[in-house]
Amino acid sequence: MTDPNSNGQVPAGSPVGAPAAAPAHAAPPPRALPGSGETRRHVLVAVVLNKPGVLNRVSSLMRARNFNIDSLAVSHTDRDDVSRMTITLHGDDVAVEQAAKQLYRLIDVLKVQDVTSEPTVEHELALVKIRATESNRDEILRFVELSRGRVVDLVEGSVIAEVTGTESEIDTFVSLVRTYGIKELVRTGAVVMARGSSSIEEAVKK
Amino acid sequence: MTTKTDTAKPPSPAARDRRNHVPGDGTASAAAVEQARKDMLHEARDLKRTRIGADVLCEALLRQGVDVFFSYPGGVILPLYDVLGDYPELRHVLVRHEQGGAHAADGYARVTGRVGVCMGTSGPGATNLVTGIGTALLDSVPMVAITGNVPAALIGKDAFQEIDINGITLPMTKHNYLVRDADDLPRVVAEAFHIARSGRPGPVHIDITKDALQQETKAEHPTDEDIVAGLPGFRPNLEGHGRQLKLAVNEIAAAKRPVILAGHGVLHAEAWDELKAFAEKTSIPVAWTLLGIGAMDETHPLAYGYMGMHGWKHVNRAIQSADLLIAIGMRFDDRVTGNVRTYAPYARIVHVDIDPAEIGKNVAVEVPIVGDAKRVLQALIRMVPGTPMDARTEYFDQLAEWKRDSEASSWHGSGAWRDGLLSADYVVERIGELSDHRATYVADVGQNQMWLARYTGFREPNQHVSSGGLGTMGFSVPAAMGAALGRPDRETWAITGDGGFQMTFQELMTLVQDRIPVKIALFDNKKLGMIRQWQEIIYGGNYHSAHLLGPDYLKLAEAFGIPAIKASTPAEVDDAIRFAQGIDGPALVWFEIAEEQNVFPMMPAGKGLSDLIEKWGGADE
Repeated sequence: MTDPNSNGQVPAGSPVGAPAAAPAHAAPPPRALPGSGETRRHVLVAVVLNKPGVLNRVSSLMRARNFNIDSLAVSHTDRDDVSRMTITLHGDDVAVEQAAKQLYRLIDVLKVQDVTSEPTVEHELALVKIRATESNRDEILRFVELSRGRVVDLVEGSVIAEVTGTESEIDTFVSLVRTYGIKELVRTGAVVMARGSSSIEEAVKK
Repeated sequence: MTTKTDTAKPPSPAARDRRNHVPGDGTASAAAVEQARKDMLHEARDLKRTRIGADVLCEALLRQGVDVFFSYPGGVILPLYDVLGDYPELRHVLVRHEQGGAHAADGYARVTGRVGVCMGTSGPGATNLVTGIGTALLDSVPMVAITGNVPAALIGKDAFQEIDINGITLPMTKHNYLVRDADDLPRVVAEAFHIARSGRPGPVHIDITKDALQQETKAEHPTDEDIVAGLPGFRPNLEGHGRQLKLAVNEIAAAKRPVILAGHGVLHAEAWDELKAFAEKTSIPVAWTLLGIGAMDETHPLAYGYMGMHGWKHVNRAIQSADLLIAIGMRFDDRVTGNVRTYAPYARIVHVDIDPAEIGKNVAVEVPIVGDAKRVLQALIRMVPGTPMDARTEYFDQLAEWKRDSEASSWHGSGAWRDGLLSADYVVERIGELSDHRATYVADVGQNQMWLARYTGFREPNQHVSSGGLGTMGFSVPAAMGAALGRPDRETWAITGDGGFQMTFQELMTLVQDRIPVKIALFDNKKLGMIRQWQEIIYGGNYHSAHLLGPDYLKLAEAFGIPAIKASTPAEVDDAIRFAQGIDGPALVWFEIAEEQNVFPMMPAGKGLSDLIEKWGGADE
């Protein structure tokens, strides 16, 4: 530390205060950072007060805290004054827990739950406007039927199919009909509900 | 080109709609806009006094125990100024810039533990408050900032002095409101104060439209129970979880080299007595963060010192060798940990914080306890077995040796630095000494802030005021203004560099007009000292923009009507401090300090606590 050639700097990595108990040759292991760093898709359910600006507060917080939302679906619940958001995002477990805790700090947020590891029903809805000709229309209709979708608009030159299901089911359908030409595609983002009799809306902050 | 046939045709429905998007001719919204425009231009005072929104605001502030607030008038907040004369118990301090008002409210809140209040008008008045609100957010200071806004019907129309201040403050407040109806004011103001001071404190912003301030109302003020019931999403958890407390007790019993890290949360929770009792019962030394200064009397045998980037070497050493850190109301900020990978490599961590989001945010911890510092400490004191000092003799001998070593290597010597000018640490030490270590000391940001934190010698809670999180230059003088009004029983010193001073010295006039007795210690090194230090050490001596011209500060002070004195040698220091202390009112001492003195030790950004730089270029600071 007093090496005249070091220009006063302590060489990096030499512990100033290594305890007597630790063997001098053993550098301490680096402190673990929070989280595993392994990212996966998470689904958060947030029960919030149905007030102007709540969506803005949630999205602003996620942006400011550097969380990237994959999808966000929001609507009011059985109570007019309470809304429910389903947020899907990618991150490691600790980062997503941090996102949930940060959301919980918002005054208008009543409850946040990560339902990723729970048995849930998760669905989204897509409307797909598919280019159709005389020759392939029947084929398209059959695909829609096989995917348990339904045709909601049928005109010369195009078909609008409505399909619901999990994210990957809809991905599959979309890739299947892509060969015919997709003129328009809209997806709602996932909505999710835990299976069983427990209720996140009943378990809001007391 | 428009052809004749086009103009002759009757307008299509679409074209009519386009024209009518400006509300016109008899529609309700058009009438409202017209009325609002007229009100903006003609300030007709209603001679027959009825209770209006502005009255409700004043009543609500008084109900919250507000005795002073800092504000600046403007077009849309004039309805408030129109009624202020009827509320003489509410002291209004006319600041010279809204940022100064926000910092003053902040300084007031930090020394009193109460909610500070600042106000401004719409547009620039509101945006000027923003830096002060951000400062309060990052340091969790309870504050209510109130702004006027244009009449509700003009919102969104880019009216004169209209800005979406609600959108601006949304990510930098604990919560914010836009009030368009005077009937909402009692509830909103009461909620704002409740939110600002409960749980982890923080700033709350209320934006009130001009017409809401003018509207007649009979709205009643809510009770405390109404307020809590109306905020179902705000239930701070105060008590630590019993199982977590037991785990903490086990960790403490097993530890051989434990250190308590006290943060701002100890002061917010007013848990200094509990901290002392806990440390004494367990015989564990206490280190503190920048904002944790004052959590423990520095002369206490268990008070070990200030940690972090410019903290004491012995303190950082103790942390790096600790086997247990008991962190209370602090958040493992990067200025405290440096590189997290090399931070306290042997330590397990017990982390007590009232904000669950702070736990596991910056470092992984073994025992998280969510709760109020005071209540958690009370529980721990009950639960932990006592450990006498002699049970840790070897540990305390080691700590004492490190402390001697560290203090010896940082001693400033005669008080003059090698260029013959004043050594800043000496001046800070003299200010501390001559004010009996009992004053309020308000730091600016940069080298002066670090010298103040290291050398003043703090004895009491809430004596030290510093912009830690946001690092807001220009904070010192206005914050000292609020601090002096909050604690008139204490002398108040604003310690500032010449850079920060030149950012907000317009508030000198407020000090004079409102007779606020702030003593200003101006540390003039004609440099942006911390910038210069970083450029010297990290940027190879490329001193771009570090050199700062300043005025003749004696003449400046004279122009403001503030008594001032200059000190350039150690022999002049004590007299200059006493001169300021002898003035009944604000005073300024211009300390001509060394131009190139560095603050050491220093942990370069990104490095670890073990990588402290203690000297540079052979110079011993």
